[in-house]
Amino acid sequence: MAEFSLPKNSRVQQGKHYPAKDAKKPRTFRIYRWSPDDDRNPRIDTYEVDLAACGPMVLDALLKIKNEIDPTLSLRRSCREGICGSCAMNIDGTNTLACTCAIDDCGSGDVKIYPLPHMPVVKDLVPDLTHFYAQFASIKPWLRTQSPAPARERLQSVEERRKLDGLYECILCACCSTSCPSYWWNGDKYLGPAILLQAYRWIVDSRDEDTGTRLDDLEDPFKLYRCHTIMNCTRTCPKGLNPAKAIAEIKKLMLERRGT
Amino acid sequence: MSANDLQHPLKRARGLGSAQSGVGHWWTQRITAVALVVLGSWFVILVLGLLHADYATAHYTVGRPWNAVLLIAFVVAAFWHAALGLQVVIEDYVHTRWREIFLLVLVKFLAVLGALMGVLAVLRIALGV
Repeated sequence: MAEFSLPKNSRVQQGKHYPAKDAKKPRTFRIYRWSPDDDRNPRIDTYEVDLAACGPMVLDALLKIKNEIDPTLSLRRSCREGICGSCAMNIDGTNTLACTCAIDDCGSGDVKIYPLPHMPVVKDLVPDLTHFYAQFASIKPWLRTQSPAPARERLQSVEERRKLDGLYECILCACCSTSCPSYWWNGDKYLGPAILLQAYRWIVDSRDEDTGTRLDDLEDPFKLYRCHTIMNCTRTCPKGLNPAKAIAEIKKLMLERRGT
Repeated sequence: MSANDLQHPLKRARGLGSAQSGVGHWWTQRITAVALVVLGSWFVILVLGLLHADYATAHYTVGRPWNAVLLIAFVVAAFWHAALGLQVVIEDYVHTRWREIFLLVLVKFLAVLGALMGVLAVLRIALGV
């Protein structure tokens, strides 16, 4: 059956408390901690951070914690401006990027930070995205053509290019896929919103000549049709994209080529 | 290390490939849903109209040709839609293979039986047998 409760060795316990001394503007962060190096259960550590001496974003607070309070905290980050997708995590109950999520926008009370839901955890806030990336590779996300290569680049009209808007901006942070209950329960086979949005990005590209094969590869009760329009993907996307709509467009094309 | 660890992640992601189906299921679920909106509304109105009616009146109303036809359509659409929906629920949540297959087959059998019983009931009234 589906997993509705955590196994014993995954039950989260209360962890350490790191109080802030002489803080002018203290804010409490409760962060999921787990290490593969000991046999302990995951725990929630509590860190008090002085926001008067910290940048405005959640990533700033996390890096302040790592640099000044507890260097054992593990997280991914790179660009700190919402373009690399590395710092995707569950903040204040929503999957988003720590670098573009303002601390002030988190609800009142403690800021709770967990790794992306329902993914294997490598350590602390670092999820194992191996399968997610493999699923991305499985849709062959590059321009596939049959016609001979032209002397120069393959051209595209302004209107054709416009169809890629809202799709090409996806940074594969996995916020949407890991917010999707269907992906939680059937992520081994269901491609999930991020990969399906990427698949649609190539399906709708006027220069791509493998549309039929792309649709063939997606026409599957699990790969595509596990989407039940729950819409968590669209709600959570930190780039403001609409994966649910991309999936709906794929379903429409499936119907169009088959006939009603 | 399990056997899976020796495989490339792409092997696992590609799995058994595409089943080349799914669109029919998805579309039929929507078609039956639309049918049920219309037929369900009609059915509620029909039943409300039979409130406080005696047995003979109800028998006569159900047996009228258009009512019988629409009732049969309603029964078939309802069981068809239910079977498709339950199939999705089972595929979503039941991950023990033998339980999943057992339930999927059971739902199909029960849906067909239920629909047949409903159709027969209406036919008996409509045809007076």
